[in-house]
Amino acid sequence: MTEKAPAPLIQFAGVTKRFGALTVLDDFNFEVAPGEKVTLIGPSGSGKSTVLRILMTLEPFQEGRLTLAGMDYQEPGGTGPFKASERHLREIRSHVGMVFQSFNLFPHMSVMRNVAEAPVRVLGLSRDEAQARAVDLLAMVGLADKKDHFPSQLSGGQQQRVAIARALAMRPRVLLFDEPTSALDPQLVGEVLAVIGDLAHEHDLTMLLVTHEMRFAREVSDRVCFFDKGRICEQGSPEAIFTAPSHPRTCEFLASVLR
Amino acid sequence: MMYGFTWDTATPLTYAWSILPIILIGLTVTLKAAAAGFAIALVLGLVFAMLRRSRWRSVSWTTACVVEFLRDTPLLVQLFFLYYVLPEYGLTLPAFLTGALALGLQYSAYTSEVYRGGIEAVPRGQWEAATALNMTRMQTYRDIVVPQIVPRILPAMGNYMVAMIKETPVLSVITVLDMMALANMIGERTFEYLVPLTMVGLIFLILTLICSAGLHRLQKVLPKAGIPLR
Amino acid sequence: MPWVSYLPALAQGALVTAWITLAAIAIGAVLAFVAGIARVEGGRAVSTLALCYTELFRGTSLLVQLFWFYYALPLVGISFEPVATGILVLALHVGAYGSEIVRGALTSVSVQQLEAARALNFGRMHTLIHVTLPQAIIEMLPAFGNLAIETLKLSSLVSLISIADLTFRAQSIRNLTLDSAGVYSLTLVGYFAMSLVLMLVMRLIERWARRGAAFPRAAHS
Ligand SMILES: Nc1ncnc2c1ncn2[C@@H]1O[C@H](COP(=O)(O)OP(=O)(O)OP(=O)(O)O)[C@@H](O)[C@H]1O
Ligand SMILES: [Mg+2]
Repeated sequence: MTEKAPAPLIQFAGVTKRFGALTVLDDFNFEVAPGEKVTLIGPSGSGKSTVLRILMTLEPFQEGRLTLAGMDYQEPGGTGPFKASERHLREIRSHVGMVFQSFNLFPHMSVMRNVAEAPVRVLGLSRDEAQARAVDLLAMVGLADKKDHFPSQLSGGQQQRVAIARALAMRPRVLLFDEPTSALDPQLVGEVLAVIGDLAHEHDLTMLLVTHEMRFAREVSDRVCFFDKGRICEQGSPEAIFTAPSHPRTCEFLASVLR
Repeated sequence: MMYGFTWDTATPLTYAWSILPIILIGLTVTLKAAAAGFAIALVLGLVFAMLRRSRWRSVSWTTACVVEFLRDTPLLVQLFFLYYVLPEYGLTLPAFLTGALALGLQYSAYTSEVYRGGIEAVPRGQWEAATALNMTRMQTYRDIVVPQIVPRILPAMGNYMVAMIKETPVLSVITVLDMMALANMIGERTFEYLVPLTMVGLIFLILTLICSAGLHRLQKVLPKAGIPLR
Repeated sequence: MPWVSYLPALAQGALVTAWITLAAIAIGAVLAFVAGIARVEGGRAVSTLALCYTELFRGTSLLVQLFWFYYALPLVGISFEPVATGILVLALHVGAYGSEIVRGALTSVSVQQLEAARALNFGRMHTLIHVTLPQAIIEMLPAFGNLAIETLKLSSLVSLISIADLTFRAQSIRNLTLDSAGVYSLTLVGYFAMSLVLMLVMRLIERWARRGAAFPRAAHS
C-alpha cells in the first residue's frame, strides 16, 4: 500500500456512535483500501470492537457516513435504528464476514454443517456443492478429519479455525477478526494465528484485525492503527508504529503490552 | 351417540364396565382436542414470542398486551366468545375446532412465555454469528434458535400439555362430545352420576400420572446443547 | 349503547365471582400450607395422605371435581349449597396446586439455615415457624400470585353448576339479547380488570413482605 492508494473499500466519515450517554466513537474517520490488512490496537474500551461491529451491522451508529464499496450503510429516509431496510443491510452483509472472540459456533450442528449451512440457506448453493467447499475450507484450516464432530468435541483453537472456515464459506470481501485468540489457552493461539497468517496472503481479501498479539500484528498487517478513546490517535506501517511511535499514548500502551 | 349402548346399573362395577366403551370413545375425543389445541398453542406461542422480540416497539408492545389479555381471562369465557361470536362474522367452525382453537389461544399465552425464556437463554453470540452469516431472522429462528431451545423448553411444554388435557372437559359446554359430556349424558339418563364421573376423574388421574412419569424420563434423555443436526 | 344496560347485572355477577375467588384463595391457602407442611414435616402416614390429596386434586380435572361434588355426592346423601360447593371445590383444587408451591419453597430453604437452627437447639416446630416459614413464604409469593389469577379464571367454571357469577350472568344476558360480541367482550374485560387488580394486590403484598423481612430477592427465584 505504498503506491497511490485506490478508492477506499471502507470509509468512515465523521461517524459518531453512542450507547446512551456514552459516546464511543466521536467524529470518527477511517479508510481501508481493497485488499488491505489493517490491525487495530489500543487499550480496553477504546472502541475497536465497536468499529468492527458497526461494519458487521451488529450495531447502528448515530451520525456521519459509512460506506462499503460505495454503498452507504444508512439509506436516505431509512427507518429503524440502522436507518436502513433489512434488505439493504443484507446486501451489505453479503460482503462482510466476522470471526468472534468466543467463536460462536452453532453447538447443535456438526462442523460440516456449521460451515455449509449458510451457503446453502443464504447463497442458495446446492448441499453437495456447499459441502464440497466446506471440505476444502476445513482442509485449509487443517480440520478435514473433524467434519463430523460437534463443536463441543473440539478444542478452542479448533473451534476458532472452524469459525474462520465458516466465515470464509460466505466468500466475503472483508473479513473482520475481533480478538480471535483472546479466549484461547496460550498453547492454542499459534494454530489460529497460523491460519489467519495464511489468509493475509490472499490478495483480494480485506482484513480488519483487532488483537493483542503485537508480534503477529507486525508480521501480517499493512497498517496498524492505535485507538484511544474512540479515535485513531496514531497509524502507520507496523515498523513505524512498533519501532518509532510518536504519540505519547502509543508509547505508553506499547510499553505496557510489550512489558 | 348413545343409541345402541345399553348399561347395567345392577351394581356399580357392572355399571362401570358397561359404560366403559362409551367413556373411552369420549377419551379419544378428549385426546384429539388436546392434541389439536396444543399444536395451535405451540405454533401461536412461538409467533407471539417472535413478535414480542420485534424491533418495532408498537408490534412488541401490542403482542405483550394481547398475550397478557389471553393469559388473564378465563378459558370458558374465551370459549363462549369464539363459539358465539365467530359465526356472527361468518366463520362457523365445528364445535371441536372452536374448542381446540380456544385451548390453543389460551395456552399460547403460556407457551409464548416458555419460548421467550428459552430464546433469551440463547447466547447473543449465536444471533450475531447468524447475522454475520447473513441469515434472515426467519432462518435464524428456524435453524439456530429453535433447535437450541427445544431441549430446554420441552419439560415446561410437557407440563402445559398435561394441564391442557385436564382442561378439555370445559369443551363439553359447547357440545363437544368428550369424556365429560358423555359421562354427563349417561348420568342424565340413569340418574346415577357417581360412577361415570368417578370414572372420568380416574382416567384423568391415570393420564396425568403416565404423562408425568413420561416427562420425568424425557428430561433424563434430553440432549443439553440442542437437537444435534448432522 | 346497548351494552351499558348489561353493566348492572354483570357487576352483580362480578361481585359473586370476586367473593368466590377470594374465599377459595383464603381456604385454598390454608389447605396449601397444611398439605405442603404435612408433606415436608409430617410422618410417613401424614405425608402420604397429603400426597394423595395433592395428586388427586391436581390429577383430575376441576370440572370433573365440580360436577362430582355437585351431581354425584348428593346421590349418596351429601350435599351443600351450590355456592359452598363451588368455593369448596375451587379451594381444594387450588390448595392442591398451592401445596406444591409450599413444599418446593420449604425444601429450598438452605441447609445452613436449618443447621444454624439446630445449633441454637431450636425445636422442630420452632424452626419451622421462626426460621423456615418466614424465608419460604417470601419465595412462594410470586407463584402464589399466579395461582391467585388462576383461581379467578377457574372460578368461571362455577357458572356451570348454576352459580350466578360473572360468566353465568353473561350467558343469561347473551341468551336474552343475542348480542354475543358485546356481552362477552365486556365480560372478558371485566375478568381482565379483576386479574389486574389481583396482580397489583399480590405485588403490593410481595413488596411489603420483602421490606418487612428486609430480604433481598433471591437470585435463583
Ligand atoms: N452494548 C453496549 N452498551 C453500552 N456500552 C457499550 C456496549 N458495548 C460497548 N460499550 C462500551 O463502549 C466502549 C467501547 O467498547 P468496545 O467493545 O468497542 O471496546 P474495545 O476497544 O473493543 O475494548 P476491549 O479491548 O475491551 O474489547 C466501552 O466503554 C464499552 O463499555
Ligand atoms: Mg473488544
